[in-house]
Parts: sequence; structure tokens; C-alpha cells
Amino acid sequence: MSGSPVAAAGDDRLAGWETVVGLEVHCELATATKLFCGCPNRFGAAPNTQVCPVCLGLPGSLPVLNRRAVELAVRVGRALHCTIRPSTFHRKNYFYPDMPKDFQISQYDEPIDVDGYLELPSGRRIGIERAHIEEDTGKTAHLGGGGRIHGADRSLVDYNRAGVPLVEIVSRPDMRGADEARAYVAELRAILVASGVSDGRMEEGSLRVDANVSVRPIGAERFGTRCEVKNLNSLRSLGRAVEHEAARQVALIETGERVVQQTRHWDEVEGRTSAMRSKEEANDYRYFPEPDLVPLAPDEAFVEAAAAGLPLMPADRRARLAALVPHEADGLLPASTADQVATTVDLGLDDLVVAAMACGADARLALARTANEAAQTPEAARRLDPQAFARLVELEASGSLSATQAKAVLAELLAGGGEPEEIARRLGYEALGSGALVDALDAVVAAHPAEWARYLAGEDKVAQLLTGQVMKATKGRANGKAVAAALAARRG
Amino acid sequence: MSGAGGPRPGAEGLSDAASIASRVRSGELRAADVAEQVLGDVESRDAELHCFNLVTGEAMRAAAAEVDRLVATGADPGPLAGVPVALKDNLCTKGVPTTCSSRMLEGWSPPYDATVVRRLVAAGALVVGKTNLDEFAMGSSTENSAFGPTRNPWDTGRVPGGSSGGSAAAVAAGFAALALGSDTGGSIRQPAALCGVVGIKPTYGLVSRYGLVAFASSLDQVGPFATTVADAALLLETIAGHDEMDSTSLGGPVPRLTEALRSGVDGLRVGVVRDFLADASADCVAAVRNGADVLSRAGASVEDVALPELLHGLSAYYLIAPAEASSNLARYDGVRYGLRVDGEDVEQMNARTRAAGFGPEVRRRIMLGTYVLSAGYYDAYYAQAQRVRTLVARAFARAYEHVDVLLAPTAPSVAFPLGAKTEDPLEMYLADLFTIPSNLAGHPAMSVPFALDGQGLPVGVQVLAPALGEVAMLRAGVALESGATPGARGPVRPGAVV
Amino acid sequence: MAVELTVAEVRHVARLARLELSAEESVHVAGQLSAILDHVEAVRALDLEGIPATSHPLELVNVLRADEVRPCLTREEVLGGAPAVEDGRFAVPRILGETP
Repeated sequence: MSGSPVAAAGDDRLAGWETVVGLEVHCELATATKLFCGCPNRFGAAPNTQVCPVCLGLPGSLPVLNRRAVELAVRVGRALHCTIRPSTFHRKNYFYPDMPKDFQISQYDEPIDVDGYLELPSGRRIGIERAHIEEDTGKTAHLGGGGRIHGADRSLVDYNRAGVPLVEIVSRPDMRGADEARAYVAELRAILVASGVSDGRMEEGSLRVDANVSVRPIGAERFGTRCEVKNLNSLRSLGRAVEHEAARQVALIETGERVVQQTRHWDEVEGRTSAMRSKEEANDYRYFPEPDLVPLAPDEAFVEAAAAGLPLMPADRRARLAALVPHEADGLLPASTADQVATTVDLGLDDLVVAAMACGADARLALARTANEAAQTPEAARRLDPQAFARLVELEASGSLSATQAKAVLAELLAGGGEPEEIARRLGYEALGSGALVDALDAVVAAHPAEWARYLAGEDKVAQLLTGQVMKATKGRANGKAVAAALAARRG
Repeated sequence: MSGAGGPRPGAEGLSDAASIASRVRSGELRAADVAEQVLGDVESRDAELHCFNLVTGEAMRAAAAEVDRLVATGADPGPLAGVPVALKDNLCTKGVPTTCSSRMLEGWSPPYDATVVRRLVAAGALVVGKTNLDEFAMGSSTENSAFGPTRNPWDTGRVPGGSSGGSAAAVAAGFAALALGSDTGGSIRQPAALCGVVGIKPTYGLVSRYGLVAFASSLDQVGPFATTVADAALLLETIAGHDEMDSTSLGGPVPRLTEALRSGVDGLRVGVVRDFLADASADCVAAVRNGADVLSRAGASVEDVALPELLHGLSAYYLIAPAEASSNLARYDGVRYGLRVDGEDVEQMNARTRAAGFGPEVRRRIMLGTYVLSAGYYDAYYAQAQRVRTLVARAFARAYEHVDVLLAPTAPSVAFPLGAKTEDPLEMYLADLFTIPSNLAGHPAMSVPFALDGQGLPVGVQVLAPALGEVAMLRAGVALESGATPGARGPVRPGAVV
Repeated sequence: MAVELTVAEVRHVARLARLELSAEESVHVAGQLSAILDHVEAVRALDLEGIPATSHPLELVNVLRADEVRPCLTREEVLGGAPAVEDGRFAVPRILGETP
């Protein structure tokens, strides 16, 4: 297939086809120690320095389950609206040098979390089939042959990562296309970070994604044959890989060939997937119940304690924020506002907006300034004093500050904190105080009695002249809208 | 060579552990002298018997010196002070080779001690060395050792039983007052019976498995060998109790085992497992019947019970144990420790290493276990065997509604000649027919040396009890011991019998 | 009914179990495994409908340890028993298949 146009194909080649995606996300749990022993769960240590008899699989060693890992798995279940149920561990038997025992302890037919969902910012719900606990493998480096497995002459194994606790979160094939797959992982990552379950670092392997991709003609009910794509190390590679794989499958079908169910490897550099070399017996894992562990049956007290302190999830936060801003007459949120809500929650700035509203700030304006301006420097925005922010929003809403001025004051607030009124004065916007505006207006009316009379008589276009005079008198520091409003008010 | 003119440990061999500990603790006997006697004895006689894969003389002398130092300073040297103990060579010992009698692990020294080893050492025991076994504890004669068979001290032409044959023979030969073994399907009780010593398989979970090289995890249990029931109880009490390193370790207090020894059997309800008698030799059946009479005379009530389900245990065991073993032994792949035989690629290296490192019986069981777990066969074999396990447990539960303990032969026959069963795996497997059900159910059981057959070979009687029924089991065991044929138990000298 | 394990099945199992097996051994092992499976055939034939499986003799649940760091082994202890070491890691011959 190399040399075919498939590798360069984008979504436009898939007219008439629907891409179906289900994702398996492996998430390293943010515990202090490994799943079955007291070795530190830490990234980046010198090779083979974070191991003990248990995670090295030495003869005679036995696993003991980490309570915190179970608690975090419970939090995952809660955050994904799963049923949390009694579960057991099995052994998944296969030989591979990165597995110290040559079996992996994993949950098989009785996982801890089942039947949940994740709500995307678009409002679409993606079903979660299950989330189960398992141990990670070690890391293998391939020497010779350019560091790739093919062509290498030997490999070196580091077991520091062996036994690190994972949850594998398996979605239903509910996603349609690369964008939605990316949105799912982004949302899942946000949920896992918010739950304190994971640091979410894809680049360090804290989050690893395998994608099951199939295609079907739009309107068809039956799923196509799927391929599992591995080695997706970023949202970008996930999106590219799904697009590429879907295009590859469509090209196959359109040329009369069949898609063969297989596991494929994503090559980020080449930008294509290729079939993984696997042994014919590789899928006979000979699962059986792990006799060295006892079943897990978390009771309600355990589950409640584990889930305690779980913050609002992004979808709930979006809903909370959206409920606070004015809706259209049809009860819907304008698309631009929905985007602002999503951005604000994504950056963790929704608390700022909500708090500012509680201080009396205008909802739509507070959201706009947050999503458009504060969002540029999210770190600083998260430190912003909501009261100060609320007062700034009110200065703008009341017309005391122009939009341009308000943005300038906000930039100062973000850069160094302080009081918005003081910053406004320092920037020379203090004349905009309503007292100063009234004084200037008095002077202009007194100096232009004829024009004022015409305005009073209903000649609206004179307002422009009067406003210009006010602006002149205030050396341009007045807010045009505020002046117009003041004129209108004086006319009665 | 004995200290301060005190009595030497048994002129015919070693005296019992309780006596040695008591005399060492009182300062009457020096631990150093016990060590020297044992090491000298092993040196002169173990070349023929091959009880030990390794004798740790220097460490033993150092441990003895420490015990003597504690005694001299008035500190408590522990309940097993100065008692020589042999360890089955599938128990991990820090910095000391642990081979499982396999080429696979030849030369490997664990970087940690098994929990039971730590407890023994803390109790003041002196470790003599690591004893021979059937490779990875798979066998019933200790002939499956990569380092050659152990011979039965009662008759060196015969096997000591297995898989803990080295430990059983070491106690029978007087090389150690106590020994630890492991019992997955009878690997403590059967060699105990064949060597004329006491052997206990405790309730599953009573003794930590941390540091016991796994054979079949849901069946394995560490347990004691001794020449007397009291010593076996003492050792069990020392090693028993919760271990946070073993998820299957039971919590709660350890039963007061040594106290049970004085309780007698008055009112104890004893059932004889009728279904086992048809498959045992006449001597073994007679021992059970006579044992029942001994208990009855001592005040127990005795009845026959029918438990035909137990006979299915053997088949279930030979599906479950190999299945678990196939997984437990996967880690011996030539990557991290032990043997490596080079290959073109990692798979070939794995396969060559495992073919060369494992003996035929281990390879056979790994393949059997792999087969029964493989796609399409799991339900027919493994799952079915697990249902039989339920059947066996239910049968026991039914019996224990009426009786406190069960009596049965330990083995179908006395010690058999070396080589008699090595050609036929199935024949060898039958040696575990009466011991396996207790492993399947997780129940305690013990073998008590009770009689001698016509050739002067020891015959054991097995006492079975429900989970955590060690106290009742030991009460019956002590009573059997007191009614046993004189001379039916070790230590023995080779040539002492004809 | 007699169970007959074919040589092909034995070779497949040996591959799964990573045990190199000569053609001659395969035949021998096929016979031995068939004999053992034949023996357990009675158990396979038992009607155990409705009898639950016991995978473990204990009825313990929720055995958990605190998430507290314990000492690791030293690098020397970790690598001390290894057949081949390079750069602080375990060295193995080339790997042909990807991790499943």
C-alpha cells in the first residue's frame, strides 16, 4: 500500500462514508506506589532502581493490592457515571520480556467500573463500556536498526514502570470521526486530571490511547470490520491516525478488497499505519482467576469515601456556567457563547466567572472577557481576584470604561493584580467617572445652547456633535456610549 | 564435643526440638555444640542420603554463636533457640542459593528471605541448609530433582516420598529436629508418612506463602516436619500468623496449638473415610483401623463416613495445579535470573532456556496446564475442575456436620523402591490420591507415624480437619502418636531396619 | 471415550508455553498428555450443572495495603542474577513480535 495516495488522504476523500471510532485509554494512576508493591510510582528514575521482588516477578513474591489505586479506580468510575461493582483479578498469560512474570494481572470479565458515559462539549454522550484496573509493563529499548523493533539486534529492558497501576477505560464505538475522537480524549483527560486520578501527561505515557477504527457507508447500520491502531502518543497523532486509517479502509473497500481485522501500528513520522507483526497464538491469553489475590467488593462506605471530594466534572461545570448566562428565546445558547463556556471550563476559569457573577458582574460580559482575554494567560487568570474582576466587568457594563479600556485594565490586572479603579485612574481613564462626565456635559451644554435646543427638539443627529464636544473636552477619555447615554438621559 | 558435660542430643540421633530449645535456653546445652554435631553428622552421612542441596554451615555456626551470646547475656534467644531446622529448597533465603532442585535456578540467590524463614530465624532456630525436592515441588518421590534423588533413611533403596522428600528424610535421619516443606497435593504429608515423621499441611492462609516459590498458588501451603506432634505444633505456631506480604494470609489470632496437645480426645468425634480404604495397601488400611481403635479407647467416638466425591479430587487436582503452574513458571524465561540458553531471537531464547532448564515432569505439567487453559478447553477442563473443587468442599462440609476430624491413610502404600514409578506419571500421581482433597478445600491435615509394615517400613495415618481445625487435628494426632507402634517414627539410622 | 492429543496440538501448546520440543519429543508427550487427559475424562463427564466454581479456598475479600513507599532493591540485587546486562538494563536477543 505504500506509494498509494491513501497516506495523504484527508476527510474529503471519505465522502459517503462514516468513520466509527472506539477508544481504549490506558491511564496511569497518580498513586505514590505501584499497584502490588511499595516501590515508588515515579517517572524518570535511573533504569531498574524502582523495583523490588514483587514487581520484578522474583520467585516466591506475591502481590498485595494498593488501596489508593482502588480508590482512584472508584473515582474514575464515579466521574464517568459508571456502576461500581464487585470485581476480580485474572492473569493474562503471554510471553514478552517487558513483563516480569510473563503474565499481566488485570481485571477480565468482572471489572470494577461498567456502563458509564462521557459527555463531550458538543453535548454528545459517548458510552463507556468498562474501566478496569491492571498493572503496567516495563519498558523495552531496541538497539541497532535505528531504535525500532524491526531490524534491532537486541533489546534492553527497564522494569521501573512494571507494576505501575493503570485503569484501562474502554469506550463504546460511539465516536464518529477524528475530531470527535480527539474531543473524547481531551475531555477524558480533563476528567482524569480533575478527579486527581492522573497527571494526564500523554508525552510521559501517563495517558496512552489505542483506537478501534472502522468505516461504513453513511446510513448503514452494521459496523464495518475494525482495526486497532496503537502507538498514539498525542491528540494530534490520534486525529491523524484515525483519518489515515479510515481513508485506508475506504480505499480498500472501494477497490473491492476487504478490511482484515488486525492490530496496526501508527508511524508518526511516516504518517501511516502498518500491520503489526504478531504471532498466530498471540491472542490465546489463557485468562484464569489470579489465585494470589482475593476479590474486591467495595461497599458503599468505601465507594463514598473514595469518591469524596470529587470536584464537578467538566460537563457539569459547563452546564453550571451555561445556566448562568442568558439564553436565546428558543432556550438555546448561542453557538459563540457555548464555545466561550467550553473554553472557560477547559482552562479551569469557570470558577472565576461564577464567582464574579456572584459579586454582581454581568454574566455575558464576564464570560466574554474570560474566554477571549483572560484565556490568553490562563495561569494568571486562575489567580485573579474574582471581586476585582467583577468590578472591572461592571465598570465596562456601566459604560465607565470602554471595551478597549476594560481590556487594557484587565491586562494589567492579569499581569500584576491590583484594583481595577486604581489601574483605570493610572491609565488616565479616571475622567470617565460619572462625576467627571456630568461636569464635562454641563460645560458643553452651556457652551452650545443652540445645538442643545435642537437636540431637545428631537434632532437626534445633533447628538453626534455634542458627543464630539464632550470627547474633546475630556481629551478623548470619555466612553462614547456613556456620553450618548448621558445625553439621552438629560433630554429625559 | 558437647558442652559443659551436659547430656548430648540423643545418642541415636537428635533429640526433639522442644528438649533442645529448653536445654539451650537454660544454658545447659550450647547451640554451638548442637550445630557442630549436626554438621558433622550431615557431613558423614548425607552423601548417601542426599537430603540437602546445600548445607549452610558457616551461617549455622554464626546463628548458634548468636543464640549462645543471647543466653549468656540473659536475653531471650527465642522459642526455637538452638534447634536445627532444614528448609525445603523452594523457600527463598536471602543471599543463599534457592534452586527448587531445578537447573533453571541453579546458582540463583534471592535478594530476600521468605516470611517463614524470617520467623524461624527470629525464633532462634539454626538453619542447617536447603533440602532436596522434586523439581519445583512437582512429584511424589523426590526423584524429579535435577540434582539426583534423596534416599529414604529407613531403606536407602527406597524413595522418601515427595515433593518435600529432602526435608522429611533430613528429620528422619536426625539431621534436623525440624524442617519446613510445602504441600500442594500432599507434598508434606506423603513424605512424612514414608519417612516415619510427623508432617502438617496447615489451613490455607494460616502460614504465609511469601517467599515460597509458587507451584500452584491456590493449593500451596508451607508446613512443618518434626519427629513428634508436639514439635510440629511448636514449629507451626512459630511460622503461622498474618503476613501483610501475602494477600491470602488469614488475619485473626493463631490457634493455641501447643495447648491443644494436653486436651485429650475424650468426646472427639472421628470419622473414617471409607472410600479411601479400597485403594490403600493392607498395611495402610490396618493402620487406619488400628488408629481409630486407639482414638476410640482414648474416649473418642468413631464412625465410618462415605465421601465418594473425594475420589474425584485427584483428577481435578491434575487440571488445576498444572494450570496454575503453567502460569507461575512462565517467569523462568532466561531474561532476569537463572539459566539462559541463547537463541536467534527472544522467543527462541525463551523456548530453548525453558526446554533445557526444566526437567521432563515440569515440562509435562506446564504443557498440560497450558492446554487446559487454552482457548476452547477452559470450560471443559479448568472450570469443570473448579466445580469439582466445590463438590469436594461440600462433601467435607457434610462430614464435618457429624464429626470433628477424619481419619484416612496418608498414602496408598509404604515407601516404594527408587525408579518404581518414574516411567509412568499416572502411577506416580496416584500417590497423592488421599492427600489432595484437603488442598482443594484449603483444609488442614497431618500425617502421624503410626505403624511399621512387615518389612519394618513406617506407615502413616492421616488426620483431616475442617478449615482452622488444627486444634482438633492435633488432639487426635497426639493420641495416635501415643498409641503408635514403638519404633515407627524417626530418627533412624540407615540399616536399622531389615 | 479416549482423548487423543495430536502432535500438532502438542506443538501448538509447546509454542504457547515457550518450550522447544523436538519432533520425537512431541510424539512422546502427545501420548503422555493423552493418557493423563484420558484419566481425568471421568471428571469432565460429571454433570455439575448448577455447581459453582471454586477458584480459591478462601472467602477473603478486599485485602488492601496502604499506598506507602517501601525500600526498593539495590541495582546490584536487581541485576545480580541476570544472564545478560547492558547499561543498567536486562539485555535480551532481538524481539520479533510487538507486544500483544
